[in-house]
Amino acid sequence: MKKYKAIILDPIFNNNPIALQILGICSALAVTSKLETAIVMSIAVTLVVAFSNFFVSLVRNHIASSIRILVEMTIIASLVIIADQIIKAYAYDISKQLSVYVGLIITNCIVMGRAEAFALQNKPVDSFLDGIGNGIGYSFILIVVGFIRELFGSGKLLGFSIFPLNTDGGWYSSNGLFLMPPSAFFLIGMIIWVIRTYKPEQVEED
Amino acid sequence: MASESITKTIGVVVAICFVAAIFVSSAAVGLKPIQEENKKIDLLKNILIAGDLYKSDDIDVNDVFNKNIVGEIVNLENGSIIPESQYDDVLNLKDFDVKILANSSKYGKSIPPNKDIAGIRRMPKDMAVYKVVKDGEVQKYIFPIYGKGLWSTMYGFIALSKDLHTIEGFTFYEHGETPGLGGEIDNPKWKHLWVGKHAFDDNWNLKIRVLKGKADRNSSNFKYEIDGLSGATLTTRGVDNLVKFWLSDTGYKQFIEKLSKENTNEKI
Repeated sequence: MKKYKAIILDPIFNNNPIALQILGICSALAVTSKLETAIVMSIAVTLVVAFSNFFVSLVRNHIASSIRILVEMTIIASLVIIADQIIKAYAYDISKQLSVYVGLIITNCIVMGRAEAFALQNKPVDSFLDGIGNGIGYSFILIVVGFIRELFGSGKLLGFSIFPLNTDGGWYSSNGLFLMPPSAFFLIGMIIWVIRTYKPEQVEED
Repeated sequence: MASESITKTIGVVVAICFVAAIFVSSAAVGLKPIQEENKKIDLLKNILIAGDLYKSDDIDVNDVFNKNIVGEIVNLENGSIIPESQYDDVLNLKDFDVKILANSSKYGKSIPPNKDIAGIRRMPKDMAVYKVVKDGEVQKYIFPIYGKGLWSTMYGFIALSKDLHTIEGFTFYEHGETPGLGGEIDNPKWKHLWVGKHAFDDNWNLKIRVLKGKADRNSSNFKYEIDGLSGATLTTRGVDNLVKFWLSDTGYKQFIEKLSKENTNEKI
């Protein structure tokens, strides 16, 4: 039990895929201008990592090492297409906002990285949980960034007005920088700084 | 090691591909009806957006549509309205689909290359036109439009006021332009630039155009000009072309002129 707990919780602060491994930055910049898209993207990535880890681990003893990356890509791509189809069916508006980025989960280094680094050496259940853990680690950063960007960029959270905008007669003048992708860069940088101040062992040596 | 033998490698790969294919195709086929339904609602929603009737996400799209909008199908060649008795399975308002109509040999026609500025090659002979009706009076006309952008065909609507000169709304519901660059045609701020612009001058010459860069506020043509999107020159050019195409004689011009004549006759 303790082992499982560690597999899931480790990637959130100790070994966060974005903050420590610096993977998956591209999508973290693109989909976090609103909290809602960040949450949907988080769920999609978490499930894709978990299931791709599970299936890769399931067949790990049967694939020749020379073609393992092709097999991993087949599994990942299939899962991403399924995720895309489900989002299109049940969250059409969000799928339009996410546009190409759902399809680009295929190229998200976290998915491939976990398949290579963990699933090929571990049992299916452990791999599944590792996927969930890394997905949550990714989601944690995405949701924090999405929260800050939507709140300061448009004064809203999940579409509900929190700071009334001065264009609608309120007091808050929205900060357009937060709606631009580069703001996510600054925010992720600051999150990494905070995590590494709190856990100095993550600081890389020069 | 057994797992390195060629027979087994190929066997495993084929098996994995087979399983993956089954999962992917069953997801695609199984979810298709729901996706189609979503697309239909999205289409109605965009008609409402063009007509400035989509006030919040909470409204019942079908209900608002049925209460405010009356559709009709118009013959583009002579501008006449096609009577409902001539509707059939393909040509009707409920399932009106420009893609199906344009590609059918019966309902579509190819466009001569010298006229095809929108780059669409084929178009329907008849198009749906949606009227925003309030207290029995037509307030706006909403026209479906489409044309080539940089990567994709962009599908949208343009709304004209009842005098058919002023643009009242503009929106795209389907396109595959680059997010953040050409994809900014979805940006509400940019779409809002269209509102209040004039499509025609007083003599029905088509004057609307999308510039590269910013429109000059002091120019006498300002009321006909829309700012282009920076970083999206080709998408912008596509929008410019498709609007010109659909408001020209090949597009809705016949219908528009006919309507405006009827309107003036009524006043006399």
